[in-house]
Amino acid sequence: MSAFEGFLFYAFGALLLGSGLGVIFLRNPVHCALLLVLSFVAAAVLWLLLGAEFLAWVLILVYVGAVMVLFLFVVMMLDLNLDRLREGFWRYLPVGVGVILVLGGQLMAIFATGVFEAEPKSARVAEDYSSAKELGAVLYTDYLLAFEIAAAILLVAIVAAIALTMRRRPENKQIEPDRQVAVKAADRLRMEQISVAPPPAPAPQEEGEDKPAPAENKQ
Amino acid sequence: MAELNLGAAAPELFLFLGGCALLLLATTRLSGRLLLHGANLILAGAALLLWLAWPAEIGAAFSGLYEVSALTAMLQMGILLATIGALSYSGDYLAQRGMLTGEYLALGLFAATGMLLLAAARHLLALYLGLELMSLSLYAMIALRRDDVRAIEAALKYFVLGAIASGLLLYGISLVYAATLQLELPAVAAAAADAEARGVLLAGLAFIVAGAAFKLGAAPFHMWLPDVYDGAPTAATMFIGGAPKIAAYALAIRLLAGGLEPLVEEWSGLLASLAVASLGVGNVIAIAQTSVKRMLAYSAISHMGFLLTGIVAGSEEGYAAAMFYAFVYALMSIGGFGMLALLSRADAEFEMLADVKGLAKRNPAAAALTLILMLSMAGIPPLAGFYAKLAVWSAAVGAGWTWLAVVAGLFSVVGAFYYLRVVKLMYFDAPDGDAPAVALRGPYLLLAAANGLLIILLGLFPGGLLRACQLAFG
Repeated sequence: MSAFEGFLFYAFGALLLGSGLGVIFLRNPVHCALLLVLSFVAAAVLWLLLGAEFLAWVLILVYVGAVMVLFLFVVMMLDLNLDRLREGFWRYLPVGVGVILVLGGQLMAIFATGVFEAEPKSARVAEDYSSAKELGAVLYTDYLLAFEIAAAILLVAIVAAIALTMRRRPENKQIEPDRQVAVKAADRLRMEQISVAPPPAPAPQEEGEDKPAPAENKQ
Repeated sequence: MAELNLGAAAPELFLFLGGCALLLLATTRLSGRLLLHGANLILAGAALLLWLAWPAEIGAAFSGLYEVSALTAMLQMGILLATIGALSYSGDYLAQRGMLTGEYLALGLFAATGMLLLAAARHLLALYLGLELMSLSLYAMIALRRDDVRAIEAALKYFVLGAIASGLLLYGISLVYAATLQLELPAVAAAAADAEARGVLLAGLAFIVAGAAFKLGAAPFHMWLPDVYDGAPTAATMFIGGAPKIAAYALAIRLLAGGLEPLVEEWSGLLASLAVASLGVGNVIAIAQTSVKRMLAYSAISHMGFLLTGIVAGSEEGYAAAMFYAFVYALMSIGGFGMLALLSRADAEFEMLADVKGLAKRNPAAAALTLILMLSMAGIPPLAGFYAKLAVWSAAVGAGWTWLAVVAGLFSVVGAFYYLRVVKLMYFDAPDGDAPAVALRGPYLLLAAANGLLIILLGLFPGGLLRACQLAFG
């Protein structure tokens, strides 16, 4: 790791940690969402330093570009009552601190074993190494099953989201194509023969012309 | 190991494509009942595919992500049959509440696909993804009844706590990966045997046990279970109470007996404490319940304690006994919630203990099946529940966990109280008020009779299924 790379690593690592803390501690949810975007960008830079260009770009494009922008809209549209969200903070604080101490202690114990202190395996790769190509090669061969299950999970999410949010309100002016296609002429228009009573006797006209039966329009 | 062997996952593929086809069919004007028959046919087709290609020896497919073995096939068959049972019971209940839609059934089939993949997982990634496919479908199935506040509350609780459990499990998996640098379960087991970073491995193990206990609903990770079981529509409760329990057993077996087998000394102690807590919490709190649904939920927690007792033994005999227990429990749980669903009317749920009073006079057939179920859950011979408990006990004693077997025995005596109370209410109490008799329609009567008969037969002749379970591990 050259000095410049080291500088980049520590600078963006600090940015990642700082913005991550901001996400948790800031009061305004919009600021939190924006800081989460910043932390994603910092994480993407760290991945770039590791030589995982493809993942870094995907993180920016998908998470920053799509997911977080959508999330930001949702946060802006929600009518959040911050005071209610913070209710009971002091009551739950002792429990929370206890959990943090236990989990933090575990993490410290893990770090103390020294497994993460080993010299990182060199992430150096050849000039013409394409991480997108390598990733694609294992994604669609070795990890095909996992890839397909992930696709199935997305399908479940779509089905669930539609089933949970689509409401058929009576005032909706929605059209139902299957009913439109299945309709027959007889459903729309009924021809009726109405026997017309013979015209009254004292009719002066000599022609007894039948009028066409009026068609009754149904629906 | 680069071979694909697509055919190995034929049941899953069939099931998933069937679910997609069902979604398409749901857009036509086919009735919900027809779609339900379709879903059952698809499940039966998957079971047939599984039966035709029953594996004789252990192999792998999908580059080592999928295990082809008798164990996989046994678990998958149990899951498929339990799903068919749960869906069959729920036809009337769902139809009366407008829930018998293509979405509900398709989500059910997708959940079953996830369970099958979970049961077959030979790789930590496939295991986790299978679990998520199952869980996400289940959350949505509960929430589908959106106008019912209790169902929404149950779905949200299940979703949030399920997400925490998945997080714990993932964190544990990442620590195990850090310690072993392997994701394939056999390779993890080989690397775990002489891992240098034992501390990391143990921390990972702790998180994995906690995550699996969440999914099983073992105390002290059981908080979600009574509320979810109680709030969810009874048909959905029946669905989660059956096949997903077999899947959760598969999760525990794959992770603990598969990947982390070298740490058996460590995890058996953890599981033993979970088992004791579950037996205590489940059996004692169930006594205080006034709702049958909540009582059955606490009984589920205590049954998970028994199931864990089998796994604690850490021997093939113990795993097989726990598997037998999981199958028998699924059968009893589906029957129990199935009775609640069948006896519910369109305008009134049948779920309180007061509703059970005098059931023998109002509906002798339903009372008879409930009697069999309650006695079997209490572990009274010669029913299947007794033999399942006996198998677990003998495995635990055989592995030197005599004190645990004694504790389990004592708590099952405590548990017998609330099961027998239901029997007393049914047969010796007069009905409250003039509750109208609820009749069972012909097909449901047959289903209930088959369920009861199966419990009696499995109690009288448990040898076949138990031997099959042992062969799966042998």
